[in-house]
Amino acid sequence: MKLKKILPQFLTLLFIVLIFGFFTMNAQENMDTRGIEFGFGFLKQEASFDIQFSLIDYDGSKSYARAYLVGLLNTLLVSAIGIILCTILGVVIGVARLSPNYLINRTASVYIEFFRNIPLLLQIFFWYFAALRALPMPEDASLLLGTSYMTIKGLYTPAPIWNNFDVFLISLIISLILIFFFNRYAKRKQEEAGIQYPKFLISLGIFLIIPALTFIFGGVDLQWSFPELKQLAKTSFTYEGGVGIPPELIALTLALTLYTATFIAENVRAGIQGIGKGQKEAAASIGLTPGQVLKLVIMPQALRIIIPPTTNQYLNLTKNSSLAAAIAYPDLVLVFAGTAMMQTGRAIEIVAITMATYLTISLSISLFMNWYNKSIAIKEK
Amino acid sequence: MSKVNLLKPNKENINLFLGLGVLFFTLGILDFYLNNFYEKNITGFLPGFISFFTPLIFGMIGLHFVRIEFSGIKKLDELNKNINTSNFNAALSFCIILLLIFSIPPLLNWFIFDANIAGDTKEACTGGGACWVYIKVWFNRFMYGMYPNAEQWRVNATFIIVLVLMGLGYFFPLRFKKYLTLYYVIFLPIISFLLIYYLISGGEFGLEWVETGAWGGLSLTFIVSFFSLIFCFPIGMMLALGRRSDLPVVKYSSLTFIEFWRGVPLITVLFMSAVMFPMFLPDGTYVDKLIRVIAAIVLFEAAYTAEVIRGGLQALPRGQYDAAKSLGMGYWRLHLLVILPQALKLVIPGIANTFLALVKDTPLIFVVGLLELAGMLGLAKTNPKWLGFSMEGYVFAGIIFWIICYSMSKYSYNLELKYKTDR
Repeated sequence: MKLKKILPQFLTLLFIVLIFGFFTMNAQENMDTRGIEFGFGFLKQEASFDIQFSLIDYDGSKSYARAYLVGLLNTLLVSAIGIILCTILGVVIGVARLSPNYLINRTASVYIEFFRNIPLLLQIFFWYFAALRALPMPEDASLLLGTSYMTIKGLYTPAPIWNNFDVFLISLIISLILIFFFNRYAKRKQEEAGIQYPKFLISLGIFLIIPALTFIFGGVDLQWSFPELKQLAKTSFTYEGGVGIPPELIALTLALTLYTATFIAENVRAGIQGIGKGQKEAAASIGLTPGQVLKLVIMPQALRIIIPPTTNQYLNLTKNSSLAAAIAYPDLVLVFAGTAMMQTGRAIEIVAITMATYLTISLSISLFMNWYNKSIAIKEK
Repeated sequence: MSKVNLLKPNKENINLFLGLGVLFFTLGILDFYLNNFYEKNITGFLPGFISFFTPLIFGMIGLHFVRIEFSGIKKLDELNKNINTSNFNAALSFCIILLLIFSIPPLLNWFIFDANIAGDTKEACTGGGACWVYIKVWFNRFMYGMYPNAEQWRVNATFIIVLVLMGLGYFFPLRFKKYLTLYYVIFLPIISFLLIYYLISGGEFGLEWVETGAWGGLSLTFIVSFFSLIFCFPIGMMLALGRRSDLPVVKYSSLTFIEFWRGVPLITVLFMSAVMFPMFLPDGTYVDKLIRVIAAIVLFEAAYTAEVIRGGLQALPRGQYDAAKSLGMGYWRLHLLVILPQALKLVIPGIANTFLALVKDTPLIFVVGLLELAGMLGLAKTNPKWLGFSMEGYVFAGIIFWIICYSMSKYSYNLELKYKTDR
């Protein structure tokens, strides 16, 4: 009986040790013959390559560690934008999918079936190489919404120029903390005394009013710098001022959003459909209004079904953002596992760092979502 | 004739309201149509902002007039019930109708009416629409990559034989049915591998050797997905069982394995197989790029398959385990005869989704330099003779992948219905 338990475990362990041992020995031997030493010292060396699009200050004289940071931030940027947009789109499409209106219902399901069945990479290629290439050159672009220009070289929008931005930021954080405490207070009041506050309106009020006050009292000032056409050479034009959003980012965001939204829409639909009809009827029969039924009875239960698979989709989106390498958007994979590896030749270290980074991002998103999921889960008595 | 109240269409004046409704509706559509395709604004005399919304306003008024409850006309009642229940609904419906009018004619023009298909050169494309000549000329490359034209029958023959072998299981006589799993899990992969090795790769029996670097196009997509599917299923099953095992070493090593592969993007795994893996092999050994890529995809997808199967295992009630144990079954008999058949039935949709994801992930192999369909498109669009047709290429590839994935998902849905047993 004992043997039956120990033998399989021993064999598994032996197998793992043998494989790892084999790989390590070979790696050591190979690195010796090529004269490479294992280590992360190269991160401090000068990177000496340029990155097209960076959120922080960067040029070729900075270190590889800095280049890694630039790539990581770009990955996080596209993931964050994608997650926000695909949640909005996914919820809208998912609700539309349940609409009694035949046209809306059909349109939503055609959208879902269309976009989820085409490989994401093809969609990215399509937006980047086919659709965005059809845009006008900078000198021919027409004004969009009175402020922006959509050109083949990207989207040029006005850039905010802040005075005393830190005051504004602090006021934002303060208002968020206030909202958090107010919501806790309101929840307790509701549970203890059954008093309901208009939570959403008051929260919105706090969020708008406190930062707005800083404009009057805190010396905060906001101006816009608008993009203006500038001639570089006879046939070469560009825009100065404002923010230039590169077409790679636009194509990537578009594709990721449109693709992931289809899955989120299906989750939302399944979640709402998963709530029994009896729940709605019971809620209505004790005199709740339709709004209250949705807010107090349907949504808390539906969210419980929706959140776990949606978390998975957020994770997928973050991992899929690595496809950026295919269209040369300087994300973590392109900058670090691509250019930096070509230059240093340190395959093992760089691939390990890249994988560890993605693992960390994945684990932290799933930890956060697990915590959130637990906090909204219905506590059974 | 009773009083006519324009705000409340009623049944008594049904003809009047129907007439008004159709009139306004047509007016809205006409306004939109002229605006978009003939650049004529018939409501141009109104201020710009209002003039922009006139089609919508007309359409909503029209739909409002025909919203008559219990009109007695079956078609009209159905229409109202489906697209016209309230003003808000009517507005949405009308917007969608406008969107269809806006998008379908240009799309049809691009796809069919203005498109060119005759001829063999770029110059044959004179219309404003799609240039299908490009697809026609490059079709062989898109399907077979750089595989020599004269040898392409070998690829076709292999696919046909493998398909026939796969279908053969369906016709097994009843007394051989118990060997079906054996056939699919062991026999078929070996035969397919040998076929691909000797027929597609060649080098023996008087067949010309074609290196894997020349394989490509859609056929490579099929080869990669086929082998990944076949191998990732048994591995995933073992991992799922391992994760639910009572033995701590087995359990935690499976868990680590699964969580590791699920936490990293496929593209980094492929990078690993391309640049890092050779460092881990003894000097001088060379593993073919295609095999490395397939191994990477198998490990990656096996982790996902394992999680799906685990879901099925968890969904089974404890009584199934207890009952099987009380019959004196050991671990393997219990799982093979009682648990897995039921669990796998439960996870058909999940498995199908994983396989679908796998097929959709195959274009990624271009990062290691293997040119399947998407990769060949990239190659074709940089050909100086055929610049500027990337749209046609991506639309073509999109249609092909869409057909494959859509039919797979429909098939899995049917399987799910077929194996659905109520408890």
